[in-house]
Amino acid sequence: MEPMAIVSIFVLAVFVGFEVVSKVSSTLHTPLMSGANAIHGVILVGAIIVADHSHTNLELGLSLAAIVLATINMVGGFVVTDRMLEMFKGKKKGADQ
Amino acid sequence: MSSALYDLIGLAAGVCFILALKGLSHPKTARRGNLIGALGATVATLVVFLYVTKPADGTPAHSLPLHNLGWILGAIAVGLAIGVPAARKVQMTQMPQLVALFNGVGGGAAALVAIVEYLNLGAEATKAEVIFTVFTVVVGCVSFSGSIITFMKLQELMTTRPVVFPGGRFVIAATLAAVLGVSGWVVAALGTTPLLVLAALSLLFGILFVLPVGGADVPIVISLLNAFTGLTVAASGYVLNSTLLIIAGTLVGASGTILTRLMADAMGRSLFGTLFGAFTAKPQDVAAAGEERPVRSGSPDDVAILLNYARRVVIVPGFGLAVAQAQHTVRELADLMISKGIDVAYGIHPVAGRMPGHMNVLLAEANVPYDQLAEMDEVNPTFGQTDVAIVIGANDVVNPAAKTTPGCPIYGMPILEVSNAANVIFLKRSMRPGFAGIENELLYDPKTMLLFGDAKASLTKVVSALKAL
Repeated sequence: MEPMAIVSIFVLAVFVGFEVVSKVSSTLHTPLMSGANAIHGVILVGAIIVADHSHTNLELGLSLAAIVLATINMVGGFVVTDRMLEMFKGKKKGADQ
Repeated sequence: MSSALYDLIGLAAGVCFILALKGLSHPKTARRGNLIGALGATVATLVVFLYVTKPADGTPAHSLPLHNLGWILGAIAVGLAIGVPAARKVQMTQMPQLVALFNGVGGGAAALVAIVEYLNLGAEATKAEVIFTVFTVVVGCVSFSGSIITFMKLQELMTTRPVVFPGGRFVIAATLAAVLGVSGWVVAALGTTPLLVLAALSLLFGILFVLPVGGADVPIVISLLNAFTGLTVAASGYVLNSTLLIIAGTLVGASGTILTRLMADAMGRSLFGTLFGAFTAKPQDVAAAGEERPVRSGSPDDVAILLNYARRVVIVPGFGLAVAQAQHTVRELADLMISKGIDVAYGIHPVAGRMPGHMNVLLAEANVPYDQLAEMDEVNPTFGQTDVAIVIGANDVVNPAAKTTPGCPIYGMPILEVSNAANVIFLKRSMRPGFAGIENELLYDPKTMLLFGDAKASLTKVVSALKAL
Protein backbone atom coordinates (compact mmCIF):
# COMPACT_ATOMS: atom_id res chain seq x y z
CA MET A 1 0.00 0.00 0.00
CA GLU A 2 1.10 3.58 -0.61
CA PRO A 3 2.82 5.02 2.48
CA MET A 4 0.81 8.25 2.12
CA ALA A 5 -2.46 6.30 2.06
CA ILE A 6 -1.45 4.50 5.24
CA VAL A 7 -0.50 7.73 7.00
CA SER A 8 -3.87 9.23 5.96
CA ILE A 9 -5.81 6.25 7.29
CA PHE A 10 -3.81 6.36 10.51
CA VAL A 11 -4.31 10.08 11.15
CA LEU A 12 -8.03 9.99 10.32
CA ALA A 13 -8.53 6.94 12.56
CA VAL A 14 -6.77 8.75 15.42
CA PHE A 15 -9.21 11.66 15.14
CA VAL A 16 -12.23 9.37 14.88
CA GLY A 17 -10.99 7.48 17.96
CA PHE A 18 -10.63 10.74 19.90
CA GLU A 19 -14.03 12.04 18.82
CA VAL A 20 -16.20 9.00 19.50
CA VAL A 21 -15.23 8.71 23.16
CA SER A 22 -14.65 12.33 24.12
CA LYS A 23 -17.72 12.53 26.37
CA VAL A 24 -18.41 9.39 28.36
CA SER A 25 -19.97 9.16 31.81
CA SER A 26 -17.77 7.36 34.30
CA THR A 27 -20.42 4.65 34.57
CA LEU A 28 -19.44 3.46 31.12
CA HIS A 29 -15.67 3.68 31.47
CA THR A 30 -15.26 0.01 32.31
CA PRO A 31 -17.56 -1.43 29.60
CA LEU A 32 -16.02 0.93 27.04
CA MET A 33 -12.50 -0.16 27.96
CA SER A 34 -13.60 -3.76 27.80
CA GLY A 35 -15.27 -3.27 24.41
CA ALA A 36 -12.20 -1.52 22.97
CA ASN A 37 -10.14 -4.36 24.41
CA ALA A 38 -12.28 -6.87 22.51
CA ILE A 39 -11.90 -4.86 19.28
CA HIS A 40 -8.11 -5.16 19.29
CA GLY A 41 -8.74 -8.91 19.36
CA VAL A 42 -9.03 -8.61 15.56
CA ILE A 43 -5.30 -9.25 15.68
CA LEU A 44 -6.78 -12.73 15.19
CA VAL A 45 -6.98 -11.82 11.50
CA GLY A 46 -3.24 -11.11 11.52
CA ALA A 47 -2.54 -14.35 13.39
CA ILE A 48 -4.45 -16.36 10.79
CA ILE A 49 -2.57 -14.62 7.97
CA VAL A 50 0.85 -15.44 9.46
CA ALA A 51 -0.26 -19.03 10.15
CA ASP A 52 -1.01 -19.27 6.43
CA HIS A 53 2.46 -17.86 5.64
CA SER A 54 4.31 -20.16 8.06
CA HIS A 55 6.99 -22.42 6.53
CA THR A 56 8.65 -23.97 9.57
CA ASN A 57 7.24 -25.76 12.60
CA LEU A 58 8.53 -22.95 14.83
CA GLU A 59 6.65 -20.33 12.83
CA LEU A 60 3.50 -22.44 12.76
CA GLY A 61 3.70 -23.11 16.51
CA LEU A 62 4.08 -19.41 17.33
CA SER A 63 1.25 -18.49 14.92
CA LEU A 64 -1.08 -21.05 16.47
CA ALA A 65 -0.26 -19.73 19.96
CA ALA A 66 -1.09 -16.24 18.64
CA ILE A 67 -4.42 -17.53 17.27
CA VAL A 68 -5.36 -19.08 20.63
CA LEU A 69 -4.47 -15.88 22.52
CA ALA A 70 -6.20 -13.58 19.99
CA THR A 71 -9.38 -15.70 20.04
CA ILE A 72 -9.47 -15.49 23.84
CA ASN A 73 -8.99 -11.73 23.64
CA MET A 74 -11.67 -11.15 20.99
CA VAL A 75 -14.43 -13.58 21.93
CA GLY A 76 -13.88 -13.38 25.68
CA GLY A 77 -13.76 -9.58 25.44
CA PHE A 78 -17.10 -9.23 23.65
CA VAL A 79 -18.80 -11.78 25.92
CA VAL A 80 -17.60 -10.15 29.12
CA THR A 81 -18.59 -6.67 27.85
CA ASP A 82 -22.05 -7.95 27.00
CA ARG A 83 -22.38 -9.39 30.49
CA MET A 84 -21.50 -6.03 32.04
CA LEU A 85 -24.03 -4.24 29.84
CA GLU A 86 -26.76 -6.83 30.31
CA MET A 87 -27.10 -5.55 33.84
CA PHE A 88 -27.75 -2.02 32.66
CA LYS A 89 -30.52 -3.35 30.48
CA GLY A 90 -32.06 -5.26 33.38
CA LYS A 91 -32.10 -2.08 35.41
CA LYS A 92 -33.96 -0.12 32.76
CA LYS A 93 -36.55 -2.82 32.42
CA GLY A 94 -37.04 -2.79 36.18
CA ALA A 95 -37.51 0.97 36.17
CA ASP A 96 -40.13 0.85 33.42
CA GLN A 97 -42.35 -1.66 35.13
CA MET B 1 -12.53 -13.29 -3.77
CA SER B 2 -11.03 -10.21 -5.40
CA SER B 3 -8.68 -8.02 -3.44
CA ALA B 4 -11.07 -5.06 -3.81
CA LEU B 5 -13.96 -6.99 -2.30
CA TYR B 6 -11.71 -8.20 0.52
CA ASP B 7 -10.65 -4.64 1.31
CA LEU B 8 -14.25 -3.41 1.09
CA ILE B 9 -15.43 -5.96 3.63
CA GLY B 10 -12.47 -5.00 5.83
CA LEU B 11 -13.60 -1.38 5.60
CA ALA B 12 -17.13 -2.38 6.59
CA ALA B 13 -15.72 -4.14 9.66
CA GLY B 14 -13.76 -0.97 10.48
CA VAL B 15 -16.99 1.06 10.29
CA CYS B 16 -18.60 -1.49 12.64
CA PHE B 17 -15.81 -0.81 15.17
CA ILE B 18 -16.37 2.96 14.96
CA LEU B 19 -20.10 2.46 15.52
CA ALA B 20 -19.28 0.08 18.37
CA LEU B 21 -17.14 2.64 20.22
CA LYS B 22 -19.73 5.34 19.54
CA GLY B 23 -22.51 3.11 20.87
CA LEU B 24 -20.52 2.09 23.94
CA SER B 25 -20.23 5.76 24.90
CA HIS B 26 -23.95 6.11 25.69
CA PRO B 27 -25.96 4.03 28.18
CA LYS B 28 -28.90 3.46 25.83
CA THR B 29 -26.87 2.21 22.89
CA ALA B 30 -24.02 0.52 24.77
CA ARG B 31 -25.19 -3.05 24.44
CA ARG B 32 -26.07 -2.70 20.77
CA GLY B 33 -22.67 -1.07 20.22
CA ASN B 34 -20.90 -4.05 21.68
CA LEU B 35 -22.89 -6.42 19.47
CA ILE B 36 -22.05 -4.35 16.37
CA GLY B 37 -18.37 -4.62 17.32
CA ALA B 38 -18.70 -8.38 17.71
CA LEU B 39 -20.41 -8.56 14.32
CA GLY B 40 -17.56 -6.61 12.67
CA ALA B 41 -14.94 -8.85 14.27
CA THR B 42 -16.79 -12.02 13.20
CA VAL B 43 -17.15 -10.86 9.60
CA ALA B 44 -13.48 -9.83 9.48
CA THR B 45 -12.43 -13.25 10.79
CA LEU B 46 -14.63 -15.19 8.34
CA VAL B 47 -13.47 -13.21 5.33
CA VAL B 48 -9.80 -13.92 6.01
CA PHE B 49 -10.49 -17.59 5.18
CA LEU B 50 -11.70 -16.61 1.70
CA TYR B 51 -8.73 -14.55 0.54
CA VAL B 52 -5.02 -15.38 0.49
CA THR B 53 -2.67 -12.48 1.20
CA LYS B 54 0.73 -12.15 -0.38
CA PRO B 55 3.51 -13.32 1.99
CA ALA B 56 6.08 -10.77 3.14
CA ASP B 57 8.97 -12.81 1.75
CA GLY B 58 7.93 -11.88 -1.77
CA THR B 59 6.66 -15.28 -2.95
CA PRO B 60 3.35 -15.03 -4.84
CA ALA B 61 0.08 -15.78 -3.07
CA HIS B 62 -1.04 -19.41 -3.30
CA SER B 63 -4.59 -20.50 -4.09
CA LEU B 64 -7.31 -21.33 -1.52
CA PRO B 65 -7.68 -22.94 0.94
CA LEU B 66 -5.26 -21.39 3.43
CA HIS B 67 -2.21 -23.43 4.36
CA ASN B 68 -2.42 -25.12 7.76
CA LEU B 69 -6.23 -24.67 7.70
CA GLY B 70 -6.91 -27.56 10.09
CA TRP B 71 -4.37 -26.23 12.60
CA ILE B 72 -5.86 -22.73 12.37
CA LEU B 73 -9.41 -23.94 13.03
CA GLY B 74 -8.16 -26.15 15.86
CA ALA B 75 -6.38 -23.21 17.51
CA ILE B 76 -9.52 -21.05 17.23
CA ALA B 77 -11.52 -23.86 18.86
CA VAL B 78 -9.01 -23.98 21.73
CA GLY B 79 -9.26 -20.18 22.15
CA LEU B 80 -13.07 -20.38 22.21
CA ALA B 81 -12.97 -23.22 24.74
CA ILE B 82 -10.84 -21.10 27.07
CA GLY B 83 -12.21 -17.59 26.47
CA VAL B 84 -15.98 -18.13 26.46
CA PRO B 85 -16.30 -20.05 29.74
CA ALA B 86 -13.86 -17.64 31.42
CA ALA B 87 -15.96 -14.65 30.33
CA ARG B 88 -19.29 -16.27 31.23
CA LYS B 89 -18.40 -17.67 34.61
CA VAL B 90 -16.36 -14.81 36.03
CA GLN B 91 -17.94 -13.07 39.01
CA MET B 92 -18.69 -9.36 38.84
CA THR B 93 -15.95 -8.72 41.38
CA GLN B 94 -13.32 -10.29 39.16
CA MET B 95 -14.24 -8.65 35.86
CA PRO B 96 -11.53 -5.98 36.03
CA GLN B 97 -8.83 -8.66 36.34
CA LEU B 98 -10.32 -10.56 33.44
CA VAL B 99 -10.27 -7.46 31.23
CA ALA B 100 -6.61 -6.97 32.19
CA LEU B 101 -5.86 -10.59 31.32
CA PHE B 102 -7.70 -10.39 27.97
CA ASN B 103 -5.75 -7.26 27.15
CA GLY B 104 -2.49 -8.99 28.05
CA VAL B 105 -3.13 -12.00 25.82
CA GLY B 106 -4.09 -9.63 22.99
CA GLY B 107 -0.71 -7.89 23.38
CA GLY B 108 0.99 -11.28 23.50
CA ALA B 109 -0.81 -12.33 20.31
CA ALA B 110 0.32 -9.15 18.53
CA ALA B 111 3.93 -9.75 19.64
CA LEU B 112 3.83 -13.38 18.42
CA VAL B 113 2.38 -12.31 15.07
CA ALA B 114 5.20 -9.80 14.72
CA ILE B 115 7.85 -12.40 15.63
CA VAL B 116 6.55 -14.84 13.01
CA GLU B 117 6.35 -12.06 10.45
CA TYR B 118 9.92 -11.08 11.31
CA LEU B 119 11.11 -14.66 10.78
CA ASN B 120 9.28 -14.53 7.45
CA LEU B 121 10.67 -11.20 6.26
CA GLY B 122 12.83 -11.77 3.22
CA ALA B 123 15.35 -9.61 1.40
CA GLU B 124 12.48 -7.64 -0.10
CA ALA B 125 11.38 -6.30 3.28
CA THR B 126 11.61 -2.55 3.58
CA LYS B 127 13.21 -0.81 6.56
CA ALA B 128 9.78 0.56 7.50
CA GLU B 129 8.35 -2.97 7.71
CA VAL B 130 11.22 -4.06 9.96
CA ILE B 131 10.77 -1.02 12.21
CA PHE B 132 7.02 -1.60 12.59
CA THR B 133 7.66 -5.29 13.31
CA VAL B 134 10.15 -4.43 16.04
CA PHE B 135 7.74 -1.85 17.47
CA THR B 136 5.01 -4.48 17.70
CA VAL B 137 7.30 -6.99 19.42
CA VAL B 138 8.42 -4.42 22.01
CA VAL B 139 5.05 -2.84 22.82
CA GLY B 140 3.17 -6.16 22.59
CA CYS B 141 5.55 -7.76 25.10
CA VAL B 142 5.32 -4.74 27.45
CA SER B 143 1.52 -4.90 27.26
CA PHE B 144 1.58 -8.65 27.92
CA SER B 145 3.84 -8.72 30.96
CA GLY B 146 2.46 -5.42 32.33
CA SER B 147 -1.11 -6.73 32.11
CA ILE B 148 -0.10 -9.93 33.90
CA ILE B 149 1.25 -7.83 36.78
CA THR B 150 -1.94 -5.73 36.93
CA PHE B 151 -3.90 -8.99 36.94
CA MET B 152 -1.84 -10.29 39.87
CA LYS B 153 -2.31 -7.03 41.77
CA LEU B 154 -6.09 -7.03 41.28
CA GLN B 155 -6.37 -10.73 42.08
CA GLU B 156 -4.24 -10.00 45.17
CA LEU B 157 -1.75 -12.66 44.18
CA MET B 158 0.84 -10.04 45.09
CA THR B 159 0.89 -6.84 47.13
CA THR B 160 -1.37 -4.06 45.86
CA ARG B 161 1.01 -1.41 47.15
CA PRO B 162 3.60 0.23 44.94
CA VAL B 163 6.68 -2.00 44.73
CA VAL B 164 9.68 0.30 44.95
CA PHE B 165 13.22 -0.92 45.46
CA PRO B 166 16.46 1.03 45.91
CA GLY B 167 17.79 2.25 42.60
CA GLY B 168 14.56 1.13 40.96
CA ARG B 169 14.36 4.03 38.59
CA PHE B 170 17.92 3.46 37.39
CA VAL B 171 17.09 -0.20 36.70
CA ILE B 172 14.00 0.92 34.74
CA ALA B 173 15.94 3.55 32.83
CA ALA B 174 18.71 1.03 32.06
CA THR B 175 16.17 -1.54 30.86
CA LEU B 176 14.49 1.03 28.64
CA ALA B 177 17.87 2.05 27.20
CA ALA B 178 18.67 -1.62 26.56
CA VAL B 179 15.30 -2.12 24.83
CA LEU B 180 15.96 0.85 22.55
CA GLY B 181 19.55 -0.20 21.88
CA VAL B 182 18.67 -3.79 21.00
CA SER B 183 15.78 -2.51 18.84
CA GLY B 184 18.31 -0.55 16.81
CA TRP B 185 20.50 -3.65 16.55
CA VAL B 186 17.57 -5.78 15.33
CA VAL B 187 16.61 -3.19 12.73
CA ALA B 188 20.20 -2.87 11.49
CA ALA B 189 21.02 -6.59 11.35
CA LEU B 190 18.17 -9.06 10.87
CA GLY B 191 18.63 -12.03 13.19
CA THR B 192 16.60 -14.35 15.38
CA THR B 193 18.77 -14.17 18.51
CA PRO B 194 18.69 -10.37 18.92
CA LEU B 195 14.93 -10.47 18.41
CA LEU B 196 14.49 -12.98 21.24
CA VAL B 197 16.76 -10.88 23.48
CA LEU B 198 14.60 -7.89 22.62
CA ALA B 199 11.40 -9.77 23.47
CA ALA B 200 12.86 -10.83 26.84
CA LEU B 201 14.00 -7.28 27.66
CA SER B 202 10.58 -5.90 26.69
CA LEU B 203 8.82 -8.40 28.95
CA LEU B 204 11.11 -7.33 31.79
CA PHE B 205 10.42 -3.65 31.10
CA GLY B 206 6.65 -4.29 31.22
CA ILE B 207 7.02 -5.81 34.70
CA LEU B 208 9.26 -3.00 35.99
CA PHE B 209 6.93 -0.39 34.48
CA VAL B 210 3.84 -1.62 36.37
CA LEU B 211 5.39 -2.72 39.70
CA PRO B 212 5.70 0.82 41.16
CA VAL B 213 2.04 1.63 40.40
CA GLY B 214 -0.13 1.74 43.51
CA GLY B 215 -3.27 -0.37 43.77
CA ALA B 216 -5.81 2.41 43.24
CA ASP B 217 -4.13 3.49 40.02
CA VAL B 218 -4.14 0.03 38.45
CA PRO B 219 -7.32 0.63 36.36
CA ILE B 220 -5.61 3.62 34.71
CA VAL B 221 -2.63 1.46 33.80
CA ILE B 222 -4.88 -1.27 32.37
CA SER B 223 -6.53 1.34 30.18
CA LEU B 224 -3.14 2.63 29.04
CA LEU B 225 -1.87 -0.88 28.22
CA ASN B 226 -5.14 -1.40 26.33
CA ALA B 227 -4.27 1.61 24.17
CA PHE B 228 -0.73 0.21 23.71
CA THR B 229 -2.10 -3.10 22.44
CA GLY B 230 -4.27 -1.15 20.00
CA LEU B 231 -1.18 0.56 18.58
CA THR B 232 0.63 -2.76 18.16
CA VAL B 233 -2.35 -4.07 16.19
CA ALA B 234 -2.16 -0.98 13.97
CA ALA B 235 1.57 -1.57 13.40
CA SER B 236 0.92 -5.24 12.51
CA GLY B 237 -1.65 -3.97 10.03
CA TYR B 238 1.07 -1.98 8.29
CA VAL B 239 3.37 -5.01 7.97
CA LEU B 240 0.57 -7.41 6.98
CA ASN B 241 -0.89 -4.89 4.55
CA SER B 242 -4.28 -4.96 6.26
CA THR B 243 -6.29 -1.74 6.28
CA LEU B 244 -8.69 -3.30 8.76
CA LEU B 245 -5.97 -3.92 11.36
CA ILE B 246 -4.66 -0.38 10.90
CA ILE B 247 -8.13 1.14 11.41
CA ALA B 248 -9.12 -1.11 14.33
CA GLY B 249 -5.77 -0.80 16.11
CA THR B 250 -5.57 2.97 15.69
CA LEU B 251 -9.16 3.43 16.90
CA VAL B 252 -8.42 1.49 20.06
CA GLY B 253 -5.10 3.26 20.52
CA ALA B 254 -6.70 6.71 20.22
CA SER B 255 -9.91 6.05 22.14
CA GLY B 256 -7.94 4.13 24.77
CA THR B 257 -5.66 7.14 25.29
CA ILE B 258 -8.64 9.46 25.75
CA LEU B 259 -10.31 6.97 28.09
CA THR B 260 -7.13 6.71 30.14
CA ARG B 261 -7.15 10.49 30.54
CA LEU B 262 -10.85 10.53 31.46
CA MET B 263 -10.18 7.93 34.14
CA ALA B 264 -7.18 9.79 35.48
CA ASP B 265 -9.30 12.99 35.61
CA ALA B 266 -12.05 11.17 37.51
CA MET B 267 -9.44 10.28 40.12
CA GLY B 268 -7.94 13.75 40.14
CA ARG B 269 -4.56 12.39 39.03
CA SER B 270 -2.27 13.50 36.30
CA LEU B 271 -1.39 10.61 34.04
CA PHE B 272 2.27 11.39 34.48
CA GLY B 273 1.90 11.37 38.27
CA THR B 274 0.16 8.02 38.18
CA LEU B 275 2.86 6.36 36.12
CA PHE B 276 5.88 7.95 37.67
CA GLY B 277 4.64 9.20 41.06
CA ALA B 278 5.61 5.99 42.78
CA PHE B 279 9.27 6.52 41.93
CA THR B 280 9.45 9.36 44.40
CA ALA B 281 6.83 8.18 46.89
CA LYS B 282 7.89 7.98 50.52
CA PRO B 283 6.51 5.56 53.09
CA GLN B 284 3.35 7.00 54.60
CA ASP B 285 3.61 8.76 57.97
CA VAL B 286 -0.12 8.42 58.43
CA ALA B 287 0.02 4.65 58.07
CA ALA B 288 2.69 4.38 60.72
CA ALA B 289 0.87 6.66 63.14
CA GLY B 290 -1.67 4.50 64.88
CA GLU B 291 -2.21 0.76 64.73
CA GLU B 292 -3.47 0.62 68.31
CA ARG B 293 -5.73 3.68 68.55
CA PRO B 294 -9.25 3.17 69.92
CA VAL B 295 -12.19 2.94 67.55
CA ARG B 296 -15.91 2.88 68.32
CA SER B 297 -17.51 -0.32 67.15
CA GLY B 298 -21.22 -1.03 67.36
CA SER B 299 -23.72 -3.86 67.02
CA PRO B 300 -26.30 -4.28 64.23
CA ASP B 301 -28.93 -3.08 66.72
CA ASP B 302 -27.02 0.17 67.32
CA VAL B 303 -26.90 0.74 63.58
CA ALA B 304 -30.61 -0.03 63.17
CA ILE B 305 -31.52 2.50 65.87
CA LEU B 306 -29.41 5.21 64.23
CA LEU B 307 -31.09 4.51 60.90
CA ASN B 308 -34.61 4.36 62.33
CA TYR B 309 -34.41 7.94 63.55
CA ALA B 310 -32.62 9.37 60.53
CA ARG B 311 -34.33 11.56 57.99
CA ARG B 312 -31.74 11.22 55.30
CA VAL B 313 -29.30 8.35 54.74
CA VAL B 314 -26.60 8.09 52.09
CA ILE B 315 -25.22 4.67 51.26
CA VAL B 316 -21.64 4.66 49.98
CA PRO B 317 -20.76 1.32 48.40
CA GLY B 318 -17.22 0.15 47.71
CA PHE B 319 -15.28 -2.94 46.73
CA GLY B 320 -16.25 -4.73 49.97
CA LEU B 321 -19.88 -4.71 48.79
CA ALA B 322 -18.81 -6.50 45.61
CA VAL B 323 -16.68 -9.02 47.51
CA ALA B 324 -19.53 -9.87 49.87
CA GLN B 325 -22.05 -9.98 46.97
CA ALA B 326 -24.23 -7.85 49.23
CA GLN B 327 -25.94 -5.79 46.51
CA HIS B 328 -29.33 -7.47 47.01
CA THR B 329 -29.17 -7.12 50.78
CA VAL B 330 -28.26 -3.45 50.55
CA ARG B 331 -31.27 -2.89 48.31
CA GLU B 332 -33.46 -4.65 50.83
CA LEU B 333 -32.18 -2.32 53.54
CA ALA B 334 -32.74 0.74 51.34
CA ASP B 335 -36.31 -0.35 50.48
CA LEU B 336 -37.05 -0.91 54.15
CA MET B 337 -35.77 2.56 55.05
CA ILE B 338 -37.79 4.15 52.24
CA SER B 339 -40.91 2.39 53.48
CA LYS B 340 -40.25 4.05 56.84
CA GLY B 341 -40.21 7.44 55.11
CA ILE B 342 -36.44 7.89 55.20
CA ASP B 343 -34.83 9.71 52.30
CA VAL B 344 -32.24 7.28 50.83
CA ALA B 345 -29.60 7.86 48.18
CA TYR B 346 -26.55 5.93 47.01
CA GLY B 347 -23.42 8.05 46.75
CA ILE B 348 -21.37 6.62 43.90
CA HIS B 349 -17.73 7.59 43.66
CA PRO B 350 -16.54 7.42 40.03
CA VAL B 351 -13.80 4.94 40.92
CA ALA B 352 -15.43 3.04 43.79
CA GLY B 353 -14.61 -0.64 43.47
CA ARG B 354 -11.79 -1.71 41.23
CA MET B 355 -12.93 0.09 38.09
CA PRO B 356 -14.92 3.18 37.18
CA GLY B 357 -18.59 2.24 37.04
CA HIS B 358 -18.06 -0.97 39.01
CA MET B 359 -20.69 -0.01 41.62
CA ASN B 360 -23.28 1.05 39.06
CA VAL B 361 -23.02 -2.33 37.38
CA LEU B 362 -23.28 -4.15 40.69
CA LEU B 363 -26.29 -2.17 41.95
CA ALA B 364 -27.98 -2.44 38.58
CA GLU B 365 -27.81 -6.21 39.02
CA ALA B 366 -29.88 -5.81 42.18
CA ASN B 367 -32.38 -3.61 40.27
CA VAL B 368 -31.65 -0.54 42.35
CA PRO B 369 -33.68 2.28 40.72
CA TYR B 370 -31.46 4.54 38.64
CA ASP B 371 -32.76 7.75 40.29
CA GLN B 372 -31.41 6.64 43.67
CA LEU B 373 -27.85 6.55 42.36
CA ALA B 374 -26.21 9.92 42.88
CA GLU B 375 -22.85 10.83 41.38
CA MET B 376 -20.18 12.41 43.52
CA ASP B 377 -20.73 16.05 42.53
CA GLU B 378 -24.44 15.64 43.11
CA VAL B 379 -24.23 14.00 46.53
CA ASN B 380 -21.31 15.85 48.12
CA PRO B 381 -23.20 19.11 48.87
CA THR B 382 -25.95 17.10 50.60
CA PHE B 383 -23.81 15.41 53.25
CA GLY B 384 -24.32 18.44 55.53
CA GLN B 385 -28.05 17.58 55.68
CA THR B 386 -27.43 13.85 55.96
CA ASP B 387 -28.03 12.15 59.29
CA VAL B 388 -26.23 8.91 58.54
CA ALA B 389 -23.70 7.93 55.90
CA ILE B 390 -23.28 4.15 55.62
CA VAL B 391 -19.96 3.24 54.08
CA ILE B 392 -20.08 -0.37 52.91
CA GLY B 393 -16.71 -1.83 52.11
CA ALA B 394 -15.30 1.45 50.79
CA ASN B 395 -12.27 3.19 52.19
CA ASP B 396 -10.00 5.16 49.86
CA VAL B 397 -12.91 6.99 48.19
CA VAL B 398 -14.00 8.50 51.52
CA ASN B 399 -10.52 8.95 53.01
CA PRO B 400 -10.01 12.60 54.07
CA ALA B 401 -6.25 12.09 53.63
CA ALA B 402 -6.92 12.78 49.94
CA LYS B 403 -7.61 16.38 50.97
CA THR B 404 -5.46 16.81 54.05
CA THR B 405 -2.22 14.89 53.53
CA PRO B 406 -0.06 16.16 50.69
CA GLY B 407 2.23 13.42 49.42
CA CYS B 408 -0.01 10.50 50.22
CA PRO B 409 -0.71 8.32 47.18
CA ILE B 410 -4.33 9.42 46.80
CA TYR B 411 -3.72 13.12 47.55
CA GLY B 412 -5.79 15.28 45.22
CA MET B 413 -8.32 12.59 44.39
CA PRO B 414 -11.86 13.95 44.84
CA ILE B 415 -13.60 12.04 47.63
CA LEU B 416 -17.12 11.56 48.92
CA GLU B 417 -17.22 13.92 51.88
CA VAL B 418 -19.02 11.59 54.27
CA SER B 419 -17.26 13.24 57.21
CA ASN B 420 -19.77 16.11 56.80
CA ALA B 421 -22.65 13.79 57.73
CA ALA B 422 -23.87 13.78 61.33
CA ASN B 423 -23.01 10.09 61.77
CA VAL B 424 -20.80 7.77 59.78
CA ILE B 425 -21.16 4.00 59.86
CA PHE B 426 -18.40 1.87 58.39
CA LEU B 427 -19.12 -1.74 57.51
CA LYS B 428 -15.70 -3.36 57.35
CA ARG B 429 -14.20 -6.79 57.46
CA SER B 430 -11.24 -5.65 59.55
CA MET B 431 -9.13 -2.60 60.32
CA ARG B 432 -7.02 -3.34 57.26
CA PRO B 433 -6.43 -0.21 55.15
CA GLY B 434 -8.02 0.12 51.70
CA PHE B 435 -6.67 -0.88 48.32
CA ALA B 436 -4.25 2.04 48.21
CA GLY B 437 -2.83 0.93 51.56
CA ILE B 438 -3.42 4.21 53.39
CA GLU B 439 -4.74 4.56 56.92
CA ASN B 440 -8.13 6.30 57.13
CA GLU B 441 -8.37 8.93 59.88
CA LEU B 442 -12.15 8.93 59.63
CA LEU B 443 -12.26 5.50 61.27
CA TYR B 444 -11.02 7.09 64.52
CA ASP B 445 -13.46 10.02 64.39
CA PRO B 446 -15.79 10.10 67.42
CA LYS B 447 -18.89 10.28 65.22
CA THR B 448 -17.88 7.13 63.37
CA MET B 449 -19.29 3.75 64.32
CA LEU B 450 -17.73 0.55 62.99
CA LEU B 451 -19.62 -2.63 62.30
CA PHE B 452 -17.13 -5.41 61.70
CA GLY B 453 -17.84 -8.49 59.64
CA ASP B 454 -18.80 -9.62 56.16
CA ALA B 455 -20.93 -6.87 54.59
CA LYS B 456 -23.73 -9.22 53.59
CA ALA B 457 -24.00 -10.87 57.01
CA SER B 458 -23.86 -7.49 58.76
CA LEU B 459 -26.50 -5.95 56.50
CA THR B 460 -28.82 -8.93 56.97
CA LYS B 461 -28.60 -8.45 60.74
CA VAL B 462 -29.23 -4.70 60.41
CA VAL B 463 -32.28 -5.38 58.24
CA SER B 464 -33.84 -7.76 60.75
CA ALA B 465 -33.01 -5.41 63.63
CA LEU B 466 -34.61 -2.50 61.76
CA LYS B 467 -37.72 -4.58 60.98
CA ALA B 468 -38.10 -5.38 64.66
CA LEU B 469 -38.05 -1.70 65.69
